[in-house]
Amino acid sequence: MISNFGNLLLFISVVLSLSIIYLSNKNLKLNGNQITKNIFQLSLIQSTIVIICFFTLIAAFIVSDFSLITVYQNSHSMKPILYKITGTWGNHEGSLMLWVIILTIFSFLFLIYNKNHPKKFRLLTLIIQNILILGFLFFIIINSNPFSPLSPIPKEGLGLNPILQDPALAIHPPLLYIGFVGSSIYFSAAIASLISNYSEKNFASSIKNWILISWSFQTLGILVGSIWAYYELGWGGFWFWDPVENASLLPWFAMTALFHSIIVFEKRNLFYFWVIILCLMTFILSVTGTFLVRSGILNSVHTFASDPTRGIYILSFLSLMIFGSVFLLFKKYKTENYNLNQNSKETFVLVNNWFMMFYLVTVLLGTIYPIFTDALSQNKISVGPPFYNAIIFPVVVIFLIFMAIGPNASWIKNKFDNIKLYFLILLGAILINLMIILFFKNFSVLSNFIIISALFLILSSLKDFVISKKKNNLNLARIIAHASFGFLVLFIGLNHVFSIEKDYNMKIGEIKKFDNYSIEFKNLELKNFTNYQAVVGEFEILKEKDRNILKPEIRIYSNPKTLTYEASIKTSFIKDYYLTMSNIDRSDYYNIKFQEKPLMIWIWLSVIMIVIGGLLRFLKNAKNS
Amino acid sequence: MQKIVKTIIFLIFLFILSIFFIGLNRDTNYNTANQINKEIPDFKVSYLDKENFFIKNDLRKNNFTLINFWASWCAPCRIEHPILIRLSEEKNIKIVGVNFKDKKEQAKKFLGELGNPYDVSTKDTSGKQSVLFGIYGIPESILIDKQLIVIKKFVGPLSVNDLNYIKEIIK
Repeated sequence: MISNFGNLLLFISVVLSLSIIYLSNKNLKLNGNQITKNIFQLSLIQSTIVIICFFTLIAAFIVSDFSLITVYQNSHSMKPILYKITGTWGNHEGSLMLWVIILTIFSFLFLIYNKNHPKKFRLLTLIIQNILILGFLFFIIINSNPFSPLSPIPKEGLGLNPILQDPALAIHPPLLYIGFVGSSIYFSAAIASLISNYSEKNFASSIKNWILISWSFQTLGILVGSIWAYYELGWGGFWFWDPVENASLLPWFAMTALFHSIIVFEKRNLFYFWVIILCLMTFILSVTGTFLVRSGILNSVHTFASDPTRGIYILSFLSLMIFGSVFLLFKKYKTENYNLNQNSKETFVLVNNWFMMFYLVTVLLGTIYPIFTDALSQNKISVGPPFYNAIIFPVVVIFLIFMAIGPNASWIKNKFDNIKLYFLILLGAILINLMIILFFKNFSVLSNFIIISALFLILSSLKDFVISKKKNNLNLARIIAHASFGFLVLFIGLNHVFSIEKDYNMKIGEIKKFDNYSIEFKNLELKNFTNYQAVVGEFEILKEKDRNILKPEIRIYSNPKTLTYEASIKTSFIKDYYLTMSNIDRSDYYNIKFQEKPLMIWIWLSVIMIVIGGLLRFLKNAKNS
Repeated sequence: MQKIVKTIIFLIFLFILSIFFIGLNRDTNYNTANQINKEIPDFKVSYLDKENFFIKNDLRKNNFTLINFWASWCAPCRIEHPILIRLSEEKNIKIVGVNFKDKKEQAKKFLGELGNPYDVSTKDTSGKQSVLFGIYGIPESILIDKQLIVIKKFVGPLSVNDLNYIKEIIK
């Protein structure tokens, strides 16, 4: 029943998309700058139907309707209600529904919020967006249908992977999707702009807020994913350069480059084609990422049951998108003569873009290189953190310095009249760094450079804040975002340098001591919960007079039968204590991994502040328009 | 000039997409069927715990050896684990575990929790050595005799039938 209803809604969505394309095309041929009302109505109905369709699926998960394969494979009647709901997008089929929702909602909102742009541009954007929607709807219907029926109906489902039963992971996909599926709208707008020759500055104002919104959500989505990895994967790290993390980072680099260069485009009418290329690139990279993690071509946490036909479908779709947009771009491309002054804001923004492209290419190469060697030479290699750390971090030093001085450059022709001040700031940064070494400990040359450049960026931003406040031309969004990025790098650097890690085998009652810490294994308890059993250890960490109790768990989930290790984390403003425990077979010893991770909370907060910077700029733009 | 640049860009995209396409179908790259009745390839894997290496000749002292490829992140490996434990009680066979593309701590946790059936535990962190055996998905196991000839290859988790089959052979 629910299967038929869901399929009917999917079918209606296809019909609506086709009607919108047909009507928009018809409307294009009419005179005047008015878009007929029924296009708006259809677009609204389309979003509504897709949302209802998604809620139908959620309902099926809530009532544990195992007549649907997707529900059977990813849910269980004993699961807490929250995870029944979030299980809807915790699997391949359901998450594609989320794709389509965002595609349709963005399509509708773009249509209604851009009334003062040419009709042709808006209608073409709508048509392209609906072609994308159709592409994904067909994908869903053909080989990823969440409403596929199952007969005979099983009594119980297989359950959701326990490590996905987590509040952070409940919001992680929607946030990330608003980011990278949201970028579809400026992909469509870029194609529409090329076709309709709408290349004026106004084009920038039609897409810049969409870029900011998608960028902010993408950043948040990545953050939540990292936080989850930090406390759930049990290794104490928060970034592993896993292909799937890289897949989310690639469009992020492109978006970051884009919303910087669009400032130049809007102000100076330069870089039009570059902006278009970035718009196209962002969404193409999003789809590429989806292809990489969904097709099973790379091993990763996010590889759902891999089915080669899915891979082929996304790959064909991706190829069409790439060749279509490259073909159109080549057809319309005119050489632009930049004639930029080397010392100008325009150049600095370009420098930002070079860095972003550098990072993008590095991460892209690292991610797809194993596929290349595998396909060409059958040589299996894997590119891990050493590659990324060696290439990315040294370059960050220079990048941060540009980030500090770039924003103050003037348009067209800049003159640095405050070199002395920058010199003082640099001196200050070096001094603080020396103090850190003096009072705490020595660290590597590269870490020194990274920390100094991060401090340089922070202090410069602070200086900008004071000066621009006096002059009354405060650009708070930029200052917050840039300073927070400086803080982020600083905290990551300090965290890396000052982390402590110890590994012990312990049994109840034992005490281990090192430096001025002592760890006591006090107790062990068995607890029963609705969908799992837990062995909970109690440990007392004593450092001078600072006493903390940590309770790591080993959880035994019944459906599916899985064991997970839950880290116990004590967060404070200065440091996190991080403890994991695992049992050793046929003995009463437990393996304990203790970590002290300084300033963790500040890493998360810095990212949140970066997002706040982005949102502030969005609000300001929205107010101005 | 512009035409050349355009063609090159086009070709680059074509190249990347074709590689993706080949990658999708790469499973067929490793045809493992023809390894039976042949001697196993030369290989060199390091021990899970130690830094020194375990090589082909180390297998010659066993009458029969089952080389089992596994990882802590692999769910079917959990399913076959009890079978391996049962097999480890047999005297005439040694089990060599190759921990495939895994993290050492995770691997040790896995064995700590489910028991360690392996007479020798080795690791293949990059997955390169396993490719020599034609491993394309784990778990997989290879049964070899004293002359290091492959008797049978088990793709996927070992079943009770597989266990009986092995017991029959090594009798």
